[in-house]
Amino acid sequence: MKRFLGFVKKEFLHIFRDYRTLFILFGIPAAQILIFGYAVSMDIKNAGIAILDLSHDEITQKLTDKIISSGFFKRTENLLHYNDIDRVFKKGKTKAVIIFEADFGKKLVREGKASLSIIADGSEPNTATLVTNYTMAIVNDFTMELAVPALNNSIRIQPEVKMFYNPNLKSHFMFVPGVITLILILICALMTSVTITREKEFGTMEVLLVSPLRPIQIILGKVIPYFILSFINVLLILALSWLVFGLPVKGSIILLLAECMLYILMSLTLGILISTVSKNMQQAIFISLLGLMLPTILLSGFIFPIENMPKVYDYVSMILPPRYFIVIIKNIMIKGTGLMYIWKETLILIVMTLFFIGLSVRKFKIRLE
Amino acid sequence: MQNVIESSGISKNFGTTKALNDISFSVNESEIFGFIGPDGAGKTTLFRIITTLMLPDEGEIKVLGMNCTTDYKELRKNIGYMPGRFSLYQDLTVEENLNFYATVFGTTVEENYELISDIYSHIEPFKKRAAGKLSGGMKQKLALSCALIHKPKLLVLDEPTTGVDAVSRSEFWDMLGKLRQHNITIIVSTPYMDEAMRCDKVALIQDGKILAIDAPQKIRDGFSRKLFTVKSVEKYKLINTLRKYPMTLTAYPFGDSVHVTFINDMVDNSLFGYLIKEGISDVVVQAAEAGIEDRFLELMNKTE
Repeated sequence: MKRFLGFVKKEFLHIFRDYRTLFILFGIPAAQILIFGYAVSMDIKNAGIAILDLSHDEITQKLTDKIISSGFFKRTENLLHYNDIDRVFKKGKTKAVIIFEADFGKKLVREGKASLSIIADGSEPNTATLVTNYTMAIVNDFTMELAVPALNNSIRIQPEVKMFYNPNLKSHFMFVPGVITLILILICALMTSVTITREKEFGTMEVLLVSPLRPIQIILGKVIPYFILSFINVLLILALSWLVFGLPVKGSIILLLAECMLYILMSLTLGILISTVSKNMQQAIFISLLGLMLPTILLSGFIFPIENMPKVYDYVSMILPPRYFIVIIKNIMIKGTGLMYIWKETLILIVMTLFFIGLSVRKFKIRLE
Repeated sequence: MQNVIESSGISKNFGTTKALNDISFSVNESEIFGFIGPDGAGKTTLFRIITTLMLPDEGEIKVLGMNCTTDYKELRKNIGYMPGRFSLYQDLTVEENLNFYATVFGTTVEENYELISDIYSHIEPFKKRAAGKLSGGMKQKLALSCALIHKPKLLVLDEPTTGVDAVSRSEFWDMLGKLRQHNITIIVSTPYMDEAMRCDKVALIQDGKILAIDAPQKIRDGFSRKLFTVKSVEKYKLINTLRKYPMTLTAYPFGDSVHVTFINDMVDNSLFGYLIKEGISDVVVQAAEAGIEDRFLELMNKTE
């Protein structure tokens, strides 16, 4: 036991001596959360729109105010002619133009319908879709309000779309769980595989092998320090996403942390497995980055929904641990469900962890090749 | 007295290369046993087999009375191993390295301090320095201290003096000599022939084969010819000229002179006549005592 503790102590010394490792451990996750949360944001906030009001009546004024005051848009300009549309898009600040036809208010009152056009800047398809969807939602809402007192004899049914778990469709809510999933597997697997292959490269593994340390002690000795640090990392990420994005944890925080621990352990053992098959640090880094990062981003359901993938990718993604963890973490953080709904995924992660530990201990060479 | 290492017919192949070919030797207790040979002779492979890091393809080896293949766990507790690349943690300090190896081998620095005090005292003033920032000689002393800290019965040193300056090398051998009084058996490999004389027994090894095993003096005595040193300012030209001389058997560079043997084991005037004719007039010829290297080259030529 004393031997083992000595080994763990040495590992901690390695980590704290190496500023780069510390930076990778704590700097990158924080940076990733902020980058993904802000830069890759899928929300619209203060998107520029221009108004071309050919009617200028009370109703168009009210509707315009409603749109502008929603918080999603800000008015860049009031246009006077159709000819101005092209010019205002070319300036780049305006993402969409809303056009009220002439006599909009009169037609609406008299005939019960009036036309409104939304012209969006298609060079940014993502924003364009979002802007039109948001605008249409606001317009629908407005007609509903208008319809009730004005035409209470005919009931118009308007489809109302409401997001259940992410009512404002805030994309941080989608990204934070994904980023946690990605960062943990990447850092844990990368760090452990690199520290073990470093011992091989510097020749210190030779002496460790000759020492009375048992393989399981060497493996656990490598795992424990990173386990503790990664766990601190999880707390850091959760605190950061709560403070910066106001992302709450709807479910049990204890359950969430326990699931994170399981996932960290799984990633660490995966890293050890990588180190047993790679001969040097470069190889270990290569396998960890290429073998884990890309599949996690592309296939785990982090960005692209698994349901929309071809069946083949669906099957491939089944062997990826992140796929299951994403389900778990989204369930707990956003839906607030309990273990009842995620026991299957949890079980799969546990089995994977045991499998990796077993394989690592078996593949860990007690001799040189 | 029991032999510390008993090896018979060890062979090891890497693919089609024969790294070790039918190696047999035995090492007595408290002996300093040297393996002398050039790079790639198979020294490191042999040491890895002795330290249970590799398994031989053929043959049997017993270390400290234990079987290297089956009793490796017990055996590893009693071996101190210093691999060719000093296996130190570069980012840990001198003190941390030593403490780490002490705990891993289940002991403390204090417990066996007496054993390493002689060596460690040289580097103790630098104990807060990172091992990666030490000089070659200091790294070597630290690596030796680390290998000794658990008081092993057998100390295995793979090229401990490679890349270390001449003064530190000489000091290092003095230290090994002192370790003998603690009943520690030492096997050591080196590519430097001049270090062979510091061993109790040496094995000359080349291309995975042992050419000779004996006390160093006896190996030197085994030289079968009369040896002469020939000196001239133009050493390179001298060697080439001597090699063309019909009575020359061998001519090898040795320091600032040339070691030469002749077919008739004597120097006569026709040699001087020949050299002067070839334009070398400043030669000095002396009878010399053969060194390990001379014997090594002689044995090498025989096997070829």
